[in-house]
Amino acid sequence: MKRFTLSMPVRYIINTVLIITLLLVGNQIMGSGILGRAQTAIIIQVGFFIILAVSLNMVTGYLGQLPLGHAGFMAVGAYAGALFWRAAVLPGMASVVGGLIVAGVAAAITGVIIGIPALRLRGDYLAIITLGFGEIIRVVLNNLDTITYGARGLRNIPRYSSFMLVYICVIVACGAIHMIMKSRHGRAILSIRENEIAAESCGINTTYYKVLTFAVSAFFAGVAGALFAGNIGILVPANFDFMTSINILMIVVLGGLGSMMGSVIAASVLTSLPLVLQPLNEYRMIIFSLMLIVVMIFKPSGLMGNYDFSMSRIIEKVVNRLRTGKTAGKLKSGK
Amino acid sequence: MSFALHLINGLQMGSIYALVALGYTMVYGIIKLLNFAHGDIIMVGGYIALFSLTLGRMPALLAALVTVAGCTLLAVIIEKLAYTPLRFAPRLSLLITAIGISILLQNLAQFFFTANDRGFPGHLLFPTGSVSIGGLSIAYTSIITVALSIASMAALHLLVKSTKLGKAMRAVSEDQGAAQLMGINVNHIITFTFAVGAALAGVGALLYSVRFPLIAPTIGAMLGLKAFVAAVFGGIGSIPGTMVGGYAIGLLEALVTAAGLSGWVDGVVFLLLIIVLMVRPTGLMGRPIMEKV
Amino acid sequence: MAKHDPRKPFVPQRDHDKSPVMECVGLGIDFGGLTAVDDFNITITPTEICGLIGPNGAGKTTVFNLLTKVYKPTRGKIYLDGKDTCGLNTMQANKAGLARTFQNIRLFKELTVLENVLVGLHNEMYYNVWGALFRVPAYWRTEKIAKERAREMLSIFDMEDMAEHKAGSLPYGSQRRLEIVRALATNPTVLLLDEPAAGMNPNETEELMENIKKINKTFKIAILLIEHDMNLVMNICEGIAVLNYGKIIAKGTPAEIQRSPQVIEAYLGTGGGGGDA
Repeated sequence: MKRFTLSMPVRYIINTVLIITLLLVGNQIMGSGILGRAQTAIIIQVGFFIILAVSLNMVTGYLGQLPLGHAGFMAVGAYAGALFWRAAVLPGMASVVGGLIVAGVAAAITGVIIGIPALRLRGDYLAIITLGFGEIIRVVLNNLDTITYGARGLRNIPRYSSFMLVYICVIVACGAIHMIMKSRHGRAILSIRENEIAAESCGINTTYYKVLTFAVSAFFAGVAGALFAGNIGILVPANFDFMTSINILMIVVLGGLGSMMGSVIAASVLTSLPLVLQPLNEYRMIIFSLMLIVVMIFKPSGLMGNYDFSMSRIIEKVVNRLRTGKTAGKLKSGK
Repeated sequence: MSFALHLINGLQMGSIYALVALGYTMVYGIIKLLNFAHGDIIMVGGYIALFSLTLGRMPALLAALVTVAGCTLLAVIIEKLAYTPLRFAPRLSLLITAIGISILLQNLAQFFFTANDRGFPGHLLFPTGSVSIGGLSIAYTSIITVALSIASMAALHLLVKSTKLGKAMRAVSEDQGAAQLMGINVNHIITFTFAVGAALAGVGALLYSVRFPLIAPTIGAMLGLKAFVAAVFGGIGSIPGTMVGGYAIGLLEALVTAAGLSGWVDGVVFLLLIIVLMVRPTGLMGRPIMEKV
Repeated sequence: MAKHDPRKPFVPQRDHDKSPVMECVGLGIDFGGLTAVDDFNITITPTEICGLIGPNGAGKTTVFNLLTKVYKPTRGKIYLDGKDTCGLNTMQANKAGLARTFQNIRLFKELTVLENVLVGLHNEMYYNVWGALFRVPAYWRTEKIAKERAREMLSIFDMEDMAEHKAGSLPYGSQRRLEIVRALATNPTVLLLDEPAAGMNPNETEELMENIKKINKTFKIAILLIEHDMNLVMNICEGIAVLNYGKIIAKGTPAEIQRSPQVIEAYLGTGGGGGDA
């Protein structure tokens, strides 16, 4: 018997319905007042950490490079978005969306500027050069007193980051990265991770795809930065130090390099766990860093490996199981 | 502050950077690992020195020896527990592990010693006071720092160039497989390299603590990063190159400070790194690495 | 089969005259002071199968690396279809019509067999990043054609059944075959095979020989191969070049090469059989 498979349009419909349902249910819960202020804050925070993680995963998991300056892109986006919102050049919703786009584009441009020199290098050198760029961004933000107010902090940022906005951004980020990865462009990115020389020999423009990956990753990090700014309302350069980059990297590594689902789960768990279990907070970083080391030694592919969740695949599996079950039953009764 | 004093400061910091950078260079040269935890070993060294002098009431020389021994022991333990199991893992895994160790050390220090600064009694370690040369008063600590680091580097140079062990180290960094076939115990040599790098870091910890007498869990991170920049600048894997790189970074910082731009020091150092990596990725004295196809 | 962009045909139409498809003139490279390849001259006509043989370390793979621009030549020229390839990089050399396999297999191990071939077909697909992002009709059309094409190409080696397996999980021989398919997918005019029969048993080698001939006929492309299996080389190559110490010491038909005293000397050494190996 032919295996049951869902056709592409049906898969897309299933996913869309799933996403909209989740979003509406989430919004109902958030609006109903069941959750306290602390829980609401956590859920919003989980949102932008998901965006940060899936965007870093694109470079680390899919492209196979290790940048250590992700917080730098986040910072560029945060300040760009915040300044745009404060200036209030557009009315209402247009300003909100415009700020996110400005944030993303500013970060993406930074990503390209950093990516072109950085991506000529490999491995550890790339790690250290991106780390250097991240630090430079922070130093610049600290010293551009007239625009960023330096260490005193950029205040009075409009608090636009509602649950709905953050989660729409999460879906857009995950969706866009998914669409790119499941295409010839995504395969080109993966082929660079697998074997760069072979990829070039197959006619893949490796430089283009590295810069593209960097730019897309930086774009969403910038959007996450703007959401971060719109959530807390005040920005200081110290928000975006090396430890922030490392935190995001931990999420990606623990979730599983190359697994978007892993990034999402790890971002949710690692961000919310210490806040939910307050007593754990003191040991938080000790536990995380130990986990990082232990995972690298015993399960370097991360907790989820490169498994990716697919509702359609689950439906297919269930249907196939049911159908084989039925035929088996028929055979039995026939006997 | 006069320009000459800035210069002396630069030399003093450069000596420290060079010592720390050598640890990076040696480990990188032998297993191609950017040992992120190296800076944090210095931080631990700072605490060991602090407690040996204050709680232990040890004499200066003993405290110094305890510090160097402590750093060496810590590095060997880390190498055995965390890096050895990953000897044949992808380099990305090894690098992430090193970052993990770095974070772990920082947070353990914070857990045990709190995040607060602790004053370091530099006067218990080195004599205070200064000499006057041509109208310039130079602190003893500056002179001792430069002299001690040059002596350490000379010792390292002798070790690598003129002893059997040094020859084995060079062989392993050249080709592990071939070295093994020649009867060299590669594991021992790698551990030994970590130990030597950490011993230098121990000396660096003493000098750094005297220079900046405030010990906190995060002091190693930035020091380590800048020392790594120094190593890359000079040519990672090359011992003389690394020394030159260390002094270059120290002097560069002094110059930027002298120009009245102290807020930009870190930015300039990293900018230099980026320029070097773009123009000459192998550093001043490094050798190009080619991938075999 | 659905229509696709006529500007980018999967199987190009070529005029099969006898003007050389690839020509090397005085090609050479030095590493430091060491000359690895020197004065390498070779002419390959379309649809020709050529062999490049020689003892270990003679510089055969270096020649491949020069042709595919992994190394930049110190001197000499490489012409593809009469055009100088000077200044191209590896990716552009591939687009200009050179595809290769590797001595030490370089597959995309974590990707499936089908995906490996699809990477080869990358430049045969024409939707851009925005097209992928918004799943434009060209995306669906191209992906469908490309997947059909990839399976078709896998069928040359009877590998369609393995399409969904991870490339790294394949047995050694299949990995070598997959590399050939991947290289073919990039639509080359010259296919460079670096020891395609290495590690294969006699039966597999026999089968490989048939397949190389088949590829040569159906795709109408020139093939240059490095191989130590003399049976394979002598049977399928029309012309053979022998390389020793980076220089061509003999060129000719299989029969000529077998009689050449220089070749016998290079392989067996001189000195009247003093060795006891």
